[in-house]
Amino acid sequence: MKETKGEKIFYFVNTLFMILLTLGIIYPIVYVISASFSSREAILTGKVVLFPVDANLEAYKYVFADRQIWISYLNSFFYTIVGTATAMAVTILGAYPLSKSVLPGKKIITFAIVLTMWFGAGTIPMYLNYRDLGLLNTRAAIILGSACSAYNFILLRNFFTAIPRSLEEAADIDGAGQWTILSKIYLPLSLPSIATISLFYAVARWNSYFWEMIILSDDSLMPLQVVIKKLIVDLKGVAAKSDSVDLSMLKYSEETVVYASIVVSAVPMLVLYPFIQKYFVKGVMVGAVKE
Amino acid sequence: MQTSVAKKTAVPIKSRNFKKYLSLYIMLIPLVLYYVLFQYKPMYGNIIAFQDYSIFKGISGSEWVGLDNFKRFLSTPYFFRTLKNTVLLNLSLLVFSFPMPIIFALLLNEVRLKRVKSVVQTLSYMPHFISTVVVAGIVINLLSPSYGIIPMVIEKFTGTRPYLMVDPNYFRTIYTVMNIWQSMGYGSVVYLAAITGIDSQLYEAAVVDGANKFRQIWHITIPGIMPTIMTMLIMRIGNMLGSATDTILLLYQPATYEVADTIGTYVYRNGLLDADYSYSTAVGLFNSIIGLMLVWGSNTLSKKFTEVGIW
Repeated sequence: MKETKGEKIFYFVNTLFMILLTLGIIYPIVYVISASFSSREAILTGKVVLFPVDANLEAYKYVFADRQIWISYLNSFFYTIVGTATAMAVTILGAYPLSKSVLPGKKIITFAIVLTMWFGAGTIPMYLNYRDLGLLNTRAAIILGSACSAYNFILLRNFFTAIPRSLEEAADIDGAGQWTILSKIYLPLSLPSIATISLFYAVARWNSYFWEMIILSDDSLMPLQVVIKKLIVDLKGVAAKSDSVDLSMLKYSEETVVYASIVVSAVPMLVLYPFIQKYFVKGVMVGAVKE
Repeated sequence: MQTSVAKKTAVPIKSRNFKKYLSLYIMLIPLVLYYVLFQYKPMYGNIIAFQDYSIFKGISGSEWVGLDNFKRFLSTPYFFRTLKNTVLLNLSLLVFSFPMPIIFALLLNEVRLKRVKSVVQTLSYMPHFISTVVVAGIVINLLSPSYGIIPMVIEKFTGTRPYLMVDPNYFRTIYTVMNIWQSMGYGSVVYLAAITGIDSQLYEAAVVDGANKFRQIWHITIPGIMPTIMTMLIMRIGNMLGSATDTILLLYQPATYEVADTIGTYVYRNGLLDADYSYSTAVGLFNSIIGLMLVWGSNTLSKKFTEVGIW
């Protein structure tokens, strides 16, 4: 195809614009990382623009010396790993039977699940429900309370529905039970989809804070996001601890510690996401196909 | 004759089917238990909206008050304020944030350097993977009047350093820009996928007819992804009233309540901080019902005019 001059200009300007836009998108993150390695003076006087100024690790030493950060880090890993495993078990075991068109009652159960996407129970009844079940301030509440997402359920059910019936008919005739068909035929065939949905659950788990903040009250149970919220959104913690110390004497400061905390909590996702993003893209594409 | 034969063979098949179904139903138990215990049981719990609920008496022992809680909400100044803010904040996202991933996808699709395209994609997804807490933290700190870089830059031009987080004039802008930043790149995935699905012959024919790039985008690409746009729009409208509470909770403060306090955050403060259970349940239920009506309404309209619907 021959290109006109106008098209050439369009392609050039468009590409340049997209590159600049992308730089704009990542700039805040670059700034936060640089600020976390800089000195307090450099931040306060606006010297930090792109690279760290007076580079030092004091803020990180402070953050990692905080026991609560480590505890909440471990808690977040626990909630993410156990929570994702639980949710996958529930989702797989639920999506498989409901992908069978012959199963009586399939329609009504599926409808009941999809309805929750548009009509939730409401914050207060949910909270009272956790209380009635005796789950307030327990790890079980975090794991069980979001043991399935309707969206992920529909995704997996669609994957399962797309698996050709002929594959299982052979096994069916051989007298294999449903558990065998699920584990020997469906699961191996849908490994990429299962990876995708596990990652959906895991990222959501790692990043969530709302119910954790409401349900949990012991510091020993808190996930990272709730601790980070207190530190960087409510801006509590650093100042309170350093009341007795003259801040100007120290290398670290409230400002740098806040930036370092942001980096520390975002790092696992920032390191992982380039590797897992292709699964997310795939999941979104399948999800976009109407059921 | 035929029926009796059918009956005779039906017995073993039926019992075999039952056994087959039985294991399927057993598999369903965890899912059904979850939805009953954690979704439908609290949904039933909404009836305390019609009670003067006391945690000591429980649902069965609490006094029924009819629509009193709803009437109370309608008579407070908060009704108008929270409804207005909920609608305005969501409209702001709908008007400014919703089209961004579409535009982003259209422009990115016209980038022909494969490497640039994939780097732009990967980097622009980054904000999606950062938690709302951290994103809000970044916003608050970059806007901090004492050390945030944005007020410092503004000071260079105007001579004064604004405290943007407490200024009601800027809350909606901050909230919308933050949403665009988080969702523009990743939100474009679904549109890029839809664009890939458009028949390339259409473009070839358009080129033969002498259509330039903009006409191709306008007459082929945009109509081609219209069903996807409509689906996303309905989903967006369906989630309009509920999904943003946790974000707003992180960004607002008493100084900005007049523009930032939504139904969701009002429920949070009254119900969870002040333990006014029945009243805030009523307010939340009011919100959910409007949300359900919105998604139903937009789906119906969309089906009528574009033949696209989510059910």
